[in-house]
Amino acid sequence: MQQSNRLRPFFENISFDREDNELVLNFGPQHPSAHGQLRLMLHLQQEQITKAHPDIGYLHRGMEKMAENMIYNEFMPTTDRMDYIASSSNNYGFALAVEKLIGLDVPRRAKVIRMLLLEVNRLMSHLFWLATTALDIGAMTVFLYAFREREYLMDLVEDYCGARLTHAAIRIGGVPLDLPDNFMTDLRKFLDKVPENIKDYEDLLDKNRVWLMRMENVGVISKEMALSWGCSGVMLRASGVQWDIRKEEPYELYDEVEFNVPVSDKGDNYARYKLYMAEMRESAKILYQVADMYEGTSTELMAHAPQYISAPKLEIMTQNYALMQHFVLVTQGMRPPVGEVYIPTESPKGELGYYINSQGGPYPYRLKLRAPSFWHTGILTDLLPGHYIPDVVSIIGTTNIVFGEVDR
Amino acid sequence: MAQHQVNYLKDGGLPVALTTIDKVVNWGRSNSIWALTYGLACCGIEMMASGASRYDFDRFGTIFRASPRQAELMVVAGTLTKKHAEFIRRLYDQMTEPKWVISMGSCANTGGMFNTYATVQGVDRVIPVDLYLPGCAPRPETLQYAVMMLQQKIRKEPASRSQKPKRLM
Repeated sequence: MQQSNRLRPFFENISFDREDNELVLNFGPQHPSAHGQLRLMLHLQQEQITKAHPDIGYLHRGMEKMAENMIYNEFMPTTDRMDYIASSSNNYGFALAVEKLIGLDVPRRAKVIRMLLLEVNRLMSHLFWLATTALDIGAMTVFLYAFREREYLMDLVEDYCGARLTHAAIRIGGVPLDLPDNFMTDLRKFLDKVPENIKDYEDLLDKNRVWLMRMENVGVISKEMALSWGCSGVMLRASGVQWDIRKEEPYELYDEVEFNVPVSDKGDNYARYKLYMAEMRESAKILYQVADMYEGTSTELMAHAPQYISAPKLEIMTQNYALMQHFVLVTQGMRPPVGEVYIPTESPKGELGYYINSQGGPYPYRLKLRAPSFWHTGILTDLLPGHYIPDVVSIIGTTNIVFGEVDR
Repeated sequence: MAQHQVNYLKDGGLPVALTTIDKVVNWGRSNSIWALTYGLACCGIEMMASGASRYDFDRFGTIFRASPRQAELMVVAGTLTKKHAEFIRRLYDQMTEPKWVISMGSCANTGGMFNTYATVQGVDRVIPVDLYLPGCAPRPETLQYAVMMLQQKIRKEPASRSQKPKRLM
């Protein structure tokens, strides 16, 4: 048993050596605007930051190690708890990596449903980002508005998979369920309102004097800096690099849908905010197109690969051999061939990649998660010096870091 | 001697209600539970959702405060890791009495799915917990129901005395 009075945190990676006249300010790990458990050691000259040291690991739960002791399907719900704002994107990244490893082809209807889930998650994540960032800067109204819309999206996902936050709605080889009857009408009803909702937020924020002062020319990331720190997603695109994995290495049906990748070369907080708003519009556009693709697909939901994927329920219940295979897959797990794979996907926060090393056994020999927020936390070391304390909050806000993902 | 007597307790008398100090204080306490923003992981998002527009926690008098000095309820929402354990204890000690703790979600209750080297297997090993809230992650309604249960608990406690020391598990 653990002894609570013996628990000591580790300090070996923080240096407390002080130069003359500098104040060392401890920000976090439980700060309301730290977006989770970020701890920053800030060295201050008056109000200005001279040195910033992000300290992470306060939410380290050992997920990569857990994966080494789990069969592949068992790990799926754990991926939910990484980037818990948009869990389906994590599910999808993992499912795609395993599918690439064993060379599965997913039925078209499953692809359509996955696309729907991915883009709904992107909208949810961006709305949440807008809500929390606006709240940190003091725009409480936007927080309430954005959460109102987010609840509708959560209802949609709940209709599909029964969970609000931790969906686990995607399986290796497809999706477990077909869409419920009213899903498409509800989705279209929501999408029709997206442009005017976004306009509402922009009316409140775009010309807002306080918002502009906190956002414009604050937290400027140059192109070189963004590239050298391994930024991805909006962080990279706001600095003038046109890079979206959905366009560069299309997965799923992204090569069949029309959408733009908004780019800005300003690199400041405001540019990132505008990109998030533009991406929400693009997501709505994608969702419209994908919703039209759903009609006319065959009803198959899971890939046909008896060695790796259980047969449909009807076959399991009626055919002896399918039942036996299902039993083996559940108790022992699938055994992908020997090999390794790295698959990047464009999660709402950036490049989310899964590296899987398989030795042919039912457990991955090594599973590495490349989470975008981790790299975006690192950039704070270079980004914060020169800024003032209030800017820290808005910069952390626009980097859109989630600590389930940083620490895993 | 008065010509006529007023029966204050009858209808139309003075608006008087008889009660005890304990009840009045507990009524006030239970209807203005200010909670510390203690979102640690996924459950913190649901905690935010319950404070936001649809679920509207303000109806219960529950307002999230960012300072332990102003809070009397700590909703531990999420996984507590060993690295963080010291801070939760320190923040709990900084809260003024009377104080209560809701352990929200499986991770906070028992460590949940994360039975690893890094996580504390239940916050009740570090701070005393009044109410356990199951689920991964619990819905906002569940959290609100937990707060209503806590209100009932508060109303049963004697208000005039300091809280009894609670024990760790």
